[in-house]
Amino acid sequence: MDSRRRQALKSGGGLTLATLLVAAGWLKPGDAAAADAWNKSAFETKSLDDTMKALGGGTPATSKDIAFFSTPDIAENGAVVPIGITSSVPKTESIAILVEKNPNMLAAVFDIPAGTEPSLSTRIKMGQTSNVVALVKADGKYYVASKEIKVTLGGCGG
Amino acid sequence: MADPMKIRANATGDSTEVKVLMSHEMETGQRKDSQGKTIPAWFIQNVTVTHGDKVVLAAQWGPAIAKNPFLSFKFKGGAKGDKVKITWTDNHNDTRTDEVVIA
Repeated sequence: MDSRRRQALKSGGGLTLATLLVAAGWLKPGDAAAADAWNKSAFETKSLDDTMKALGGGTPATSKDIAFFSTPDIAENGAVVPIGITSSVPKTESIAILVEKNPNMLAAVFDIPAGTEPSLSTRIKMGQTSNVVALVKADGKYYVASKEIKVTLGGCGG
Repeated sequence: MADPMKIRANATGDSTEVKVLMSHEMETGQRKDSQGKTIPAWFIQNVTVTHGDKVVLAAQWGPAIAKNPFLSFKFKGGAKGDKVKITWTDNHNDTRTDEVVIA
């Protein structure tokens, strides 16, 4: 078995997109390991506990070292809500954004390699007024902070 | 092929800030069309940003990221003239890669 296939099987255990791309020679094995397969079960969960199980974590602790920036208290348009999150928890490895009252809680997971600042901003959709939770994984442990954002016009189209 | 991404990368000191605006419907799969049929989900699932050989950000997205996704973040070590490359793949196995020179 050539080393690329062995690498591909190790990194996915199954036929994920990343491993298929590696096998086809489109992605170097290093890229495949970093570009995680898409965690389908995590994106279909409806509660923080279920999302945590799907992400492989324990119970997160609330942390004051996670802050929202450039994030409104009231979003006029639920289809486009700016969210900025900064984590000053040491050894932050990843930041995830969850919206409590969305049809599926998990909006995004960002892996932060060493050398990248644990601070990012993006825009999400919110179906209704809800808590937005920033879930930080640092040094193998999970931390959360949340902020309520009021939504005047829901953004999921339902 | 989707429209190109608009990417800006600016280096200040040893830190590079990357801002990108992608062009994508990010359809949630919750909406119905005028006949009442559900419009199928169509959204970017993976985003990878590299500086040379190094991955500086890797993201998994769900359909709750807003249409025409915006993303901004900073990493250490980029220098003016270096290239930053961004790739996304969506749930239709479509993909797009664009790169920018750090200013």
